[in-house]
Amino acid sequence: MLDHTSREITERKALVINPAKTCQPIGAMYAALGIHNCLPHSHGSQGCCSFHRMHLTRHFRDPIVASTSSFTEGASVFGGGANLKTSIKNVFSIYKPDVIAVNTTCLSETIGDDIPTIIKDSEVPQGKHVFHANTPSYAGSHVTGFSNMVKAMVTYFSQGKGDGSNKKVNIIPGYTEPGDMRELKRIAKLMEISHILFPDTSGVVDSPMTGKYRMYPKGGTKVGELMDTGNSMATVAVGRFASEAAANELEKKCKVDAHVLNLPIGVKATDEFIMELVKITGKDVPYKLEEERGQLVDIMTDTHHHYHGKKVAIFGDPDHVIAMTEFTLSLGMKPIYVVTGTPGTSFEKEVNAMLENAYVEGRVKSSGDLFELHQWIKNEPVDLLIGNTYGKYIARAEDIPLVRFGFPNLDRAVHSYFPIVGYKGAMRLIEMIGNALLDRADRDAADEDFELVL
Amino acid sequence: MEAQKCLGALEERKNSIVEKSKHQKGQKISCDQNSVAGAVSQRACVYCGARVVLNPITDAYHIVHGPIGCASYTFDIRGSLSSGEETYRNSFSTDLRERDIIFGGEKKLAAAIDEIAAQHDPKLIFIYSTCVVGVIGDDLEAIAKAAEKKHNIRVIPIQSSGFAGNKNAGYKAACHALLDLMGNKASQEKLEGINFLGDFNLAGEMWINQSYFRAMGVSLISKITGDASYKELVKAPQAKLNIVQCAGSMTYLAKQMQKRYGIPFINISFYGLEDTLRSLRKIAYALDSQEVIRRTEILIKDQLKQTNKALDYYREKLKGKKAAIYVGGGFKAISLIKQFRDLGMETVMVGTQTGREEEYETIRELAAEGTVILDDTNPTELEKFMKEKGADILVGGVKERPLAYKLGVAFCDHNHERKHPLNGFEGAIHFAKEVHASINNPVWGIINREQGRCK
Repeated sequence: MLDHTSREITERKALVINPAKTCQPIGAMYAALGIHNCLPHSHGSQGCCSFHRMHLTRHFRDPIVASTSSFTEGASVFGGGANLKTSIKNVFSIYKPDVIAVNTTCLSETIGDDIPTIIKDSEVPQGKHVFHANTPSYAGSHVTGFSNMVKAMVTYFSQGKGDGSNKKVNIIPGYTEPGDMRELKRIAKLMEISHILFPDTSGVVDSPMTGKYRMYPKGGTKVGELMDTGNSMATVAVGRFASEAAANELEKKCKVDAHVLNLPIGVKATDEFIMELVKITGKDVPYKLEEERGQLVDIMTDTHHHYHGKKVAIFGDPDHVIAMTEFTLSLGMKPIYVVTGTPGTSFEKEVNAMLENAYVEGRVKSSGDLFELHQWIKNEPVDLLIGNTYGKYIARAEDIPLVRFGFPNLDRAVHSYFPIVGYKGAMRLIEMIGNALLDRADRDAADEDFELVL
Repeated sequence: MEAQKCLGALEERKNSIVEKSKHQKGQKISCDQNSVAGAVSQRACVYCGARVVLNPITDAYHIVHGPIGCASYTFDIRGSLSSGEETYRNSFSTDLRERDIIFGGEKKLAAAIDEIAAQHDPKLIFIYSTCVVGVIGDDLEAIAKAAEKKHNIRVIPIQSSGFAGNKNAGYKAACHALLDLMGNKASQEKLEGINFLGDFNLAGEMWINQSYFRAMGVSLISKITGDASYKELVKAPQAKLNIVQCAGSMTYLAKQMQKRYGIPFINISFYGLEDTLRSLRKIAYALDSQEVIRRTEILIKDQLKQTNKALDYYREKLKGKKAAIYVGGGFKAISLIKQFRDLGMETVMVGTQTGREEEYETIRELAAEGTVILDDTNPTELEKFMKEKGADILVGGVKERPLAYKLGVAFCDHNHERKHPLNGFEGAIHFAKEVHASINNPVWGIINREQGRCK
C-alpha cells in the first residue's frame, strides 16, 4: 500500500508524513501509571484522554484507565480551572485513587491554565495527593512527556538530603516495558542492592488474570518510596531522553548523585549498568549475572554468521534507538539508517559518533518521519527493519523482515512481559533478529539451496 | 431505581442510567450531553468524530493541522478497506511546534498543502482543525480557498477543534465537509440509483452491501464513506434515494441532501438477520420497482435458507447465554439486541457513547425487563452491571476489550478492530461465529475453575 511513497526525495519543511513519534501527554500518562494507586488525569478535551487510553490499551492489552477534564467551548474561553477542580473532587469521591497525576495538553497550555494554583485551590482529601506535569503536545514528543512526568514525581514528592541513609539506589528505567522494569529490578536484587525503581508499571499494565477487575492493580511505585528517593545513595537513570531530567532534578533538589546511562541493551550497555551499580554500592557481581553474560557472549559467537554485515534500518524512540544502534554494531551489523521522530540534536551526534567509530556510513536523523525513511530504503534497501508496529507498511512494501521493537507494538502480543534490557534481554533480541533473518532466508531459498541446518 | 441506587455514582450520572421496568413507562435517559469533568469516559472528541467519518475516503489527503498526536493516534486506525487508492492510510500532519503556536500556523498549513501538491497528484485534501488551532484562530477557510485556487484542486476545511462539543459535533463537521464537496446545486441530472450513507467498509462490509444491490438490480451511485473516492462522492447529489445506516453520524447529511438535492432518505441496518431482511425489503419498496422487489425476494430466499442452516449450529452453542452491549451509536445497539435474540441469547446491559433520544426509546422498547440501559458510561459502571447481570460476553470497542477479559467475560469487537464483516447474511454468520469462538474458548474454564464458578 505504501508504494504511495515516491523514490525521489523532495524537501519538506511543513509536512510530516507517517510520524515516528506522538505527543507528550501519552508518555506522561504511561509514567503516571507507574505509581501505585494513581489515576492519570488528562487536563484537556475528552479526545486526548480517549486516544491515549486506546493507544496504550492496544499496546499492553490491559485496561488503561485515566480521567479527563472534558474541556468544552466554555473552558477554552474562560480557562479550565473549574473543570480541573470539579475533576479532582469527582475523581477522589468516585474512583478513590491515592494519587491523581495531572498532565496538561496543548489546549490547556495554550489557554495558559496555572495548574499549581488550581491544585492548591482544590479539595484534596487528607493523605491523598495531586501533582502535575506540563506536557504541551507541541514540544518534544511522547518521550518528553514521560520525562516531564517522572521529573514532576521528584519535584512533588522527593524529600531528603541525599545522604544515602536509606541505603538504597534509585533506578529510573526509561520509557520501557514492564518486562524491562522487572528485569532491572531482578538484576539489582541479584546484586543484593536495595532499590527504588520509579516509575514502575510492572504489575499495573501487565497485571495477572484473577477474574476480578482492579482499577488499581497491585504494582506501581508507592508514594512513600517516591518521597524516600531523596534519601538514596545515588540515582541510576537509564535512557537520557526519558530519565535524565528526573535524575538531575533529584540531584538538584536532594543532592542525590545522578548517574545517567544509555538503556542497558546489549553486552556493553548492560556491563556499564552493572558496573555503575558496583561503583555506587561496592557490591560484587554475583556468579548468576556472570553466567548470564557468558551465555550471551556464547550465543553471539554461535550466531554471528546469521547477521554479520547485514544492513539494518532502526527507528523509534531516541533512547531505544541509540542503544539498539550500539547493540547491532556489536553484532557486526550495519545500521545504515537511524531515525527518531523525537527532536534533539544530541541524538544525531551520539549515533553519528558510533557509526564513525565502526566505519559504517549511515544516515541519521532526529525529527524524522517514516515516509522519508521509506524513501531512503527505496533508494538503497536494507536487509532488516527494527522498529515499532508502524514499520510494517515499509516492511510490506519493500518486502523486508521487521523486528518489532519499542513503542507502540499494536499488532503482536506478549512483548510487554519479557525484557529487552540486561543480558537476558539481549539474548531475546538476538533470537528475534536471527529468526527474522533466517525465516526470510528459508522463505527465499530455492529448493536446491534449502537446508536443514542453518 | 435499583441500578442507580447501588451505584453510588456521580450524582450527575444518575439520569444516564435506566433499568428497564414495565412499572415505569415514562423513563427517559439523558443523552447527548457533555461528559462530567473527572469522568473516566469512553468517549472521544470532535476531531475524532469528524476523522472517523471522513477517513475512509480512499483518495483523499487527510492533513491534521495541529501538534502531532492527533495525527499519530489516527494513523490508519479505522480498518476501512479500499478497492482503489490507499492514500488515506497514510498520516499527514503539520506537526505544530511552539513557535507555530505563538506566531500562528497558517503559513505552515499552506506550505504543507503545497508540499503535497509538489510531490503527489492530489484531487482532494481535507484539512482538520484541532484544539489548539481553534484557540490560536488559524483561518482554515481562507487557506483552503487560496490553495484551491493555486492548485486547482478541492481543499476542504473541517472545523473539528476537539473541545467544541462531543463526537456528535464531529460527525456534523464531517457532514458539512461532505456537503461542501458535493456542492450547492441540485441541477444535475438524476441517475437511476442510490447512495449508501453510514457504512465505513470495515473488513469489507460495504462490498457485501454492494453485492446485494447488484443482485437486486439496484445501482449504487456513491458509497459514503466506506471505500469512497472523490469521483464517486461528487456524483452523490444525482442519486434517487439515500439509505442511511449509521444514523448517528449520517442523519444530518441525509436531511441536508434532502433539502439541497431533493433526495429522500430511509433508515436501515444490515446488522443481524432480522434487520437485514427488513432493510432489504424497505429499500426495494422505497424504490417502488416490481422488478427490484422480485429480485430482492429471490435474494432473501436464497440467502436466508443457507444462513439459517449455518446459524443453527451456533444457536445451539449459544442458547441461554447473556450479552452486554456497549457500542458507539444507537442503531448498532438496536440491531445487536435483535441479533442476540435471534441467537437465543438475552441482552442484559446495553449502552452507547453517543446514542440519541429516539434510539434510546427504541432500545427501551426492545429490551427485556431488568435490562440496564446506559449512556456514556465508564469502566466502573460497565464492571458493576456486567457482573451483577451475569453477562457472558461484551460487545464493544478497543477500550472495553481488556476490561471484559479481566472480568472473565468474553468479547466481540464491533468497532474498528473487527476482523470479519459483521453485516448482512454473511456477517450474521461471522458474528455468531465470533461470539461462539470467544464465549466457548477453553480459557474461561480455567478462570471459572479458579474462581469456583461452574459454567
